[in-house]
Amino acid sequence: MSNEEGTRAEIINKLNIAEDKISILRPRRISCEVEYSDFAEAFKALTADLKFNVLCAITGLDEADRLSVIYHLAKDDGTVLNLKTSVEKNNPVIQTITTFFSSAEVYERELVDLFGFKVEGLPEGNRYPLTDDWPKDEHPLRKDWKPKQ
Amino acid sequence: MHNAHEHEFKIPVGPQHPSLKEPENFSVALKGERILGVDIRLGYNHRGIEKAAEERTYVQDVYLIERVCGICSHAHSTAFVQAVEEIAKLQVPRRALYIRSIIGELERIHSHFLWLGVAGHEIGFDTLLMYTWRDREVVMDLLAQITGNRVNYGMNTIGGVRRDISDEQRKDILKGIDRLEERAKYYIKLALEETTIIKRLSGVGVVSHDDAIRLGAVGPTARASEVDRDVRRDDPYAAYAEISFNVITDDHNDVYGRTIVRLKELLESVKMLRQLLSGLPEGPIAIRVARKIPAGEALSRYEAPRGEDVHYVKSNGTEKPERVKIRAPTLANIQAVKHMLRDRYLADLPIVIAAIDPCFSCTDRLIAVDHLDSHKKEVMKWEDLRRYSIDWHKERGFDFSKLGAKLKG
Repeated sequence: MSNEEGTRAEIINKLNIAEDKISILRPRRISCEVEYSDFAEAFKALTADLKFNVLCAITGLDEADRLSVIYHLAKDDGTVLNLKTSVEKNNPVIQTITTFFSSAEVYERELVDLFGFKVEGLPEGNRYPLTDDWPKDEHPLRKDWKPKQ
Repeated sequence: MHNAHEHEFKIPVGPQHPSLKEPENFSVALKGERILGVDIRLGYNHRGIEKAAEERTYVQDVYLIERVCGICSHAHSTAFVQAVEEIAKLQVPRRALYIRSIIGELERIHSHFLWLGVAGHEIGFDTLLMYTWRDREVVMDLLAQITGNRVNYGMNTIGGVRRDISDEQRKDILKGIDRLEERAKYYIKLALEETTIIKRLSGVGVVSHDDAIRLGAVGPTARASEVDRDVRRDDPYAAYAEISFNVITDDHNDVYGRTIVRLKELLESVKMLRQLLSGLPEGPIAIRVARKIPAGEALSRYEAPRGEDVHYVKSNGTEKPERVKIRAPTLANIQAVKHMLRDRYLADLPIVIAAIDPCFSCTDRLIAVDHLDSHKKEVMKWEDLRRYSIDWHKERGFDFSKLGAKLKG
């Protein structure tokens, strides 16, 4: 059993998720999708028990009527897990992960500014990366946003 | 101990500030000379590159993304093309992978020499700036010779690289890195013995091993707190799996440690370059790639001079990407900076910020000179411009040729 297959089996066992929701993309790359209702528990298990202790990045995605987030988590052996979850676009509320990784603060501010996520528990602070006078309801990385001519 | 009679006040540093080369704003809360906390406002350089990438083809994006950063341009373009190549399941020729690593290590040498100069400048040791930036010209010339440019090399393309390295260039690089190695050894000796450097940098910008991990620090900033992480070894890409090298760590946990790590990394880069150049495989440097990339996703990591650079690409089967996400290393080190500055002296602020190595870029290849008296236009090539500069200084009594000859000897 390769390293990734072992990690995949561990994740299935620990997170209690369906086998078709987790796949090996290539050596050292695993992709996994969870419902948002299961996210908090899954995230805790991955970081605490399965030693995914590096947060590489957080990617936001606009997927029609849903907004998705991918948390790119790495282990010290070089394995990266893309943990994907999504919420309704008309109520895109997610919980902060700054309690696990304080470096997530700026990445989550990007989700707020560029996609319009509402991140509960995100500490007070300056907005990032848009300017202070940028309209609060305009989120440039949403697919329906076009630059004004 | 804070003096009870000292007032608390805030001073703004930036967004435009003579000692910082990039627009960022630090709102520093002080009590006397001590920093109580720092509020950082970023985003002044936000150019909407991720959105722009969605509206351009993959090939156009290679050039756009190369311009994310002026110093680590090759880092960004490599991270991007690697992700696209992974989605399209391309077998990139080995020679191309070696050339990517060669440019990557030359870029690291250029970046670390540049950083050492900036660090010298920030602590008022401008002789060090002059020395390191002069030495850095050796690697800049090599990069210009191979790629045609000092930064933004345009070497990468999807499926390989755009320019080969000739046998003659190979010999020139080997000769150049001998000189760079000698200079790096000199700077290591300097860092280990020179009291000014040791006293000014020790105990400044401290971040402990546990805090560096907790705050998500990357690159030399993390490695100087004994965080043994390097993407080149842990998650190898390009040709790094085929060569041997050491990951440099240090246990000083401060700006002095970050200096030592970067200096020792110079020697590792030289070691890697020798292996890459002697083992450079024969064969093509690129393969033909269809303009449309099949639907899929990939995450690519690259150990840039400043730390881990992360690119995520999602494709939708067309010739333009659905989503490109970029996480540059400086963003990962911001939390650590806040931590390093707390309860330190204001005078340490410039060097602590500089020690994570935030970046700036500028370059010119051709200058058109208007002669005011004759209305004559003259186009100066790089060599002419260089000679003009040397002569201009000589006329005014500055002759560096003897020093250059001494260094070569």
